[in-house]
This record gives sequence, C-alpha cells and structure tokens, in this order.
Amino acid sequence: MPAVIPEDSVGIVQAQSIEFTEPLHLSCGRTLDAYHLTVETYGELNSDCSNAILICHALSGNHHVAGYYSMDDKKPGWWDSAIGPGKVIDTNKFFVIALNNLGGCHGSTGPNQVNPETGKPYGPDFPIMTVDDWVESQARLADYYKIEQFAAIIGGSLGGMQALQWSINYPDRLRHCMVIAAAPKLSAQNIAFNEVARQAISKDSQFHGGHYYEQNEVPKVGLMLARMLGHITYLSDDGMKSKFGRDLRSGEISYDFTPQFEIESYLRYQGERFSTEFDANTYLLMTKALDYFDPTAKTGESLSKVLSKATAKFMVISFTTDWRFSPERSQEIVDALVYADKQVSYAEIEAAQGHDAFLIPIPRYLDVFKAYMQRVEGDTPSLNSQETI
Amino acid sequence: MRADLDLIKDWVEPGKRVLDLCCGDGELLHHLQTEKQASGYGLEIGPENITQCISKGVNVIEKDIEEGLASIKDNTFDTVIMTQAIQIMMRPDEIVDEMLRIGKECIVTFPNFGHWRARGYLAFRGQMPVSKFLPYTWYNTPNTHFCTFKDFERLCVEKNIYIMDRTVVDNSHQHRWWIHLWPNMLGEIAIYRITK
Repeated sequence: MPAVIPEDSVGIVQAQSIEFTEPLHLSCGRTLDAYHLTVETYGELNSDCSNAILICHALSGNHHVAGYYSMDDKKPGWWDSAIGPGKVIDTNKFFVIALNNLGGCHGSTGPNQVNPETGKPYGPDFPIMTVDDWVESQARLADYYKIEQFAAIIGGSLGGMQALQWSINYPDRLRHCMVIAAAPKLSAQNIAFNEVARQAISKDSQFHGGHYYEQNEVPKVGLMLARMLGHITYLSDDGMKSKFGRDLRSGEISYDFTPQFEIESYLRYQGERFSTEFDANTYLLMTKALDYFDPTAKTGESLSKVLSKATAKFMVISFTTDWRFSPERSQEIVDALVYADKQVSYAEIEAAQGHDAFLIPIPRYLDVFKAYMQRVEGDTPSLNSQETI
Repeated sequence: MRADLDLIKDWVEPGKRVLDLCCGDGELLHHLQTEKQASGYGLEIGPENITQCISKGVNVIEKDIEEGLASIKDNTFDTVIMTQAIQIMMRPDEIVDEMLRIGKECIVTFPNFGHWRARGYLAFRGQMPVSKFLPYTWYNTPNTHFCTFKDFERLCVEKNIYIMDRTVVDNSHQHRWWIHLWPNMLGEIAIYRITK
C-alpha cells in the first residue's frame, strides 16, 4: 500500500471492458461469436495514433500492468517497474495498452465467464486459444483505438511469443518488436513440465472435469501443485541457493513431514496464494497455448523463412540463469532474424533470478531497455518532431 | 573517429552487409550505416559497449566470438571486420577461417609486434614490451597471440588466403611514407583486406 503515489507511477488506474461483436474464427476451428476484453491504458494516444505500445502478458499475467487500483492496494501492476512517467516505457511519451487475453480469468471472455448460449460459465467448453488467436484479438483491439501501427509490441515469456507472432502475422502493424525471455517454440522438457501441471489440476477431486464452478468448489490443491512446479522453473538454482539455501524455519530438523526448510514453506505459500487468485481452467488453457506455439508449424518452413515477412526492428533479451527459456532459445530467434536479414539487437543480461528476471528492475536490463526505447522514440514521428520544435 | 576505422571505411562499398566482430561502441558500424548505407550487425560482449551501440541505432548482438560463429551460415555477409582483436583470440587462425567462411571478404587490423620499439624493448631490456600503445604486462595482457606482419602473411600463404589490400599506419593511425620502406619494422598497426 503506497502512503503516497510515487511520482513515476501511472497512479490510480481503472480497467475497462471492451465488447467485440464480429465473430472471431479460432485456430481450433471453433468461433467466438462475441467476446469482451478487459483492458488498461496509460498515457495519451496522440492525434496520428503513432505512439501506442502494446504489452502482451505471460502465463499468469493480466491487463493490470502498472499503477494501483486504490490507495489500499498492496502491490502495483505486474510490470510497474518498467511502465510509468519517466520510466523505461515512458507514459509521458507513449500510450500503453495492456489487456487480459481471451481465455484469461481477469475479466476478458474466458472459462470463468458466462457463456451467453448456456447461461453458465464456459468452464472446460471454452475453446483452446493459441498465440495466433490472441494476436488476432489484439489486432481488433488496435482497430478499436484506430491504431494502424504500434510504435512497439513488447512481451516477456509467453508475451514475447505474442510479440514475435505479431511481427509475422501483421508485419506492417508494428515498428518495433521486443521479445524478452522467450523461445521460438517449447522444448519437450517445457511441455513435460506443463503436462505435470495439467495433470495436477485435472486429477484434483474438486476439478469435476472443469465444471467446478457449479459445484462451488475450486481444485485448489491441483492448482497449488501446478504453481509450485511452475515456480521452481521460474527461479534458478543459484537464486534459490542465495535466497533460501538449506535454511530451516525453526532452526532444527523435526523428523516429520511438516515444512521445515524455508524453500518448502515459500513454495507452499506461493502455491496457496495463487490457487485463490487464479482459475484452473485458464491455467490449463494458457499452458496449452504455450505448448502449441510454433510459428513454423503452419507452413513447415524454417523460422528464418517465416520471419522473412517481418518488417519490424527487433530487440531480443535473455537472462543468464533462465533455464525455462534459456539464452540459447533466444539466440535461436536471433540467428533466424540474422539469416532473414532483419534488424535485430540482442542482449544477454547477467541475472541470478532465472526466468523471473524479466519482471525485475535489474540495472543493466533497464539500461538496455532504455537505450532501445530511445530508438523506438526516434522512429515515432510525433515524438521525434516534438524534440526538434 | 579512430584513424584505422577511417581507412577501413574506404574498403567497404556502399550498401554492403557487414559484420563487425568485437564492434566496441559501434562507431565504425554507425559510420558505415550513415555514410555507406551498409546494413549488418556488431558482435560484442561488453555491457557498456552494447548499450552504446543500441543508443546509436547500431544493431548489436551479444555474443562471445570465442564460443564460435557456427550459428552463422556460410557467406552471410559481404564484409566481416575485426579491428584490434585478433591478438586476444584463443585461436586467431580458426577465427580467420570462420570470418572467411561467413563473409565474402574480411578486414583485419592488429598491432604489429615486429615494430622496432617492441623489438628494442625486448632486445635491450630483456622484458616483454610495455608501451602506451601496448600498456599491459605479460601476466595480465589480453593480447595472448601477438604476431608481426610477416607472421600474418605467412598464415595467409599457408591457408591460401588472398590479400586484396594491405596498409600500415603508426600508432596515431597515420600513414607515413617511410613506414612503407620497412613495414614490419616501422609500422605499428596492420590493416589487411583478405579473401579466399
């Protein structure tokens, strides 16, 4: 809870819901006849709509990227460290849009929302979403704001995959693409972790095949286990060692199965908290979207061939201890872009925090980010002319 | 602009695809981009330099060249450049091979260890040369593979590398007519343009 709102914060924000009535044809073959997206925006859209930046969220993210909902809010939005007046994504200059993706559980049409056809929550009947589907829905969101071309589309992890897909599906609609802590597709190991998480949820006795809303129950244990497993993959061995080591909560071993090591209680706390805040069906759906992501799958062409359509300039960032999407995975993207003769820069940030590092204001990360955002600014006509006046 | 970079600029034709290995703060690439409409990338590992490159609008890729350039396909670039860095490589010969594999031609510059001052230092003091231009002592120098012009040219002969151009400058990177009388003795920096 902030005593006063910091000067570099976007301040008190409010989400809005935007309705879309044009049917959305999905990768899975099904159609969403109508849907709504929950959105937050910060900063002002300029008259030629050229200063817009789209933020794409990762697995458990949402539209609340920056600022506070009230003075009683415990924490600001999930990427508040990067977005605000004077911050790396400067809301004095850019109009920032963040949304909850379709299938999410924070207000946009998804499994926990009522299906107008049945009057009941969609639950497991909500169609499987893909990164392509999200890009399509985000393009319609851009149309809503009359944004023909984003100054930049930025995302970390699964969000970075959306940014990358944008550069392929709508090359003319973004000038810059920032792909952070992402991968060109998941490895077998990545899919394996996701499958264990899904099994933990779907085998929970309170899951009821995904129809737990009607039972007034929540597959809490399954969701908690899924999050605990996921959380391990977001941290690094080094990071865990320095944060927890083998520290004991009470100072001595009690020879029973109660949580004694700090890491055990930390994971339980994280898992439990998540299980009360997140929807199990959305978790299943998001992990599937990750598994299915592969920009080369449709045509069978190489990644560089697929990326040859792109016209955006790219900034790719990875973190040394990230083993979920390791620097090597980002380098695959960079190599493909180099081969396709695209404009790309790449930085591998030294960080102990593993995959989570992309959310943490690490000084070198912010330096690189800031330097690249100057370039985005330079390529934004209205911001450029303001400087020369 | 560093004078050796100024000389290199003239060897890159307009509109070419360039890769600058150990590109530093991106000065050369920035000039090639703005004055020669060149495209391409710099490879660099120094965090400060990488940020500088990004600020300049130079495409920079964080990559340790010692780990290899295998991810770059054959003949991807028109010109591959390495200035004042070949002497710090673990295997300069392998780097030259790699440069010639990924680029149609290469430009290499390095300090000449056969310069009279270096020779004199070793001959009269009996110690490894230390100078303003080569400021390190033997135990902390990154320059692990010093060579002379003659050494480099012998490597080119062994590897069937064709020398398209060569020039030598002094340590203020100036051409002096007398350097060319005895380059291996009088030149301090060698600049070679090579191809297979």
